[in-house]
Amino acid sequence: MTTQTFPVEALAGLLLTPPGFTASQALTGLLFLGFVAITLAGAVVATGARMLVRSVAGLALCFLGVAGLYYYLASPFVALMQILIYIGAVCVTIIFAVMLAETAGQEREVKRKPVMTFLGVAGSAAMTAALAWVALGTKWSGAPAAPEAGSLEKVGQSLLTTYSMSFELISVVLLVAIVGSLVLARAGRDK
Amino acid sequence: MFQILNLGGSLETYLVLGAVLFGFGLFGMALRKTFIGMLIASELILSGASVNFMAFNHFLAPDPTVGQIITLFIMAIAAAEAAIALSIIIAIYRNYRSIDADTPAELNG
Repeated sequence: MTTQTFPVEALAGLLLTPPGFTASQALTGLLFLGFVAITLAGAVVATGARMLVRSVAGLALCFLGVAGLYYYLASPFVALMQILIYIGAVCVTIIFAVMLAETAGQEREVKRKPVMTFLGVAGSAAMTAALAWVALGTKWSGAPAAPEAGSLEKVGQSLLTTYSMSFELISVVLLVAIVGSLVLARAGRDK
Repeated sequence: MFQILNLGGSLETYLVLGAVLFGFGLFGMALRKTFIGMLIASELILSGASVNFMAFNHFLAPDPTVGQIITLFIMAIAAAEAAIALSIIIAIYRNYRSIDADTPAELNG
């Protein structure tokens, strides 16, 4: 009796595997394109939506796509932290602020003058094009990463040895931010 | 034609993507009239920077933990920044009953 395995290769062969790729490579590439599409769509919604709540939802979508990109850059820990901190904490906090500070009549963004919008589009597009031009035109050279050296163990070790000072300073910054936001948000409460 | 499936393995893809995220953030920063919209745009800018750090970390750095640690620090800074900015926004809303960026212009003295 033979064990039956799921025929991935045969199934992908039916679905027109591109020449020169194995089925898993093709699937990996498609998934990467999917994450890129999610990131770009999230960014478009985050900047273009007229209601702030939708904008925050687009931001969460964009962060999800970026987390997928981190996974492709061989750091699943940072990808998980991205989802946990950005989507789980930052986006939820922004949504709370939107609910606290916005009334129903104010939700719609006031329209800018078309000239101003055009100037914003032109300026940011020029900046993006310049950055992309530099990125594509430069001949990057460097040591290729060792396959296992970026592991979670190494990250933890260097956090507590080489970067221990910055680690402690970050905790102080977070503490100051917590206390400061409590003080700021409490100030006008008696009114 | 099928080279598009290999995009995930090249540094330039991530760099261009980071630049596009930065550009969207810049555009949102210029376009938005509310403080919360500006905060959202600044988060986009920060995540574009993080993508760049992670890409250089994976493809070029001899010690591939540096970029991950810097990205974790950026996350912590972004969380602190969001907390402070949101409490400032709440305080402004208490005083002015609006989150428009133009409303507290009388503070300019």
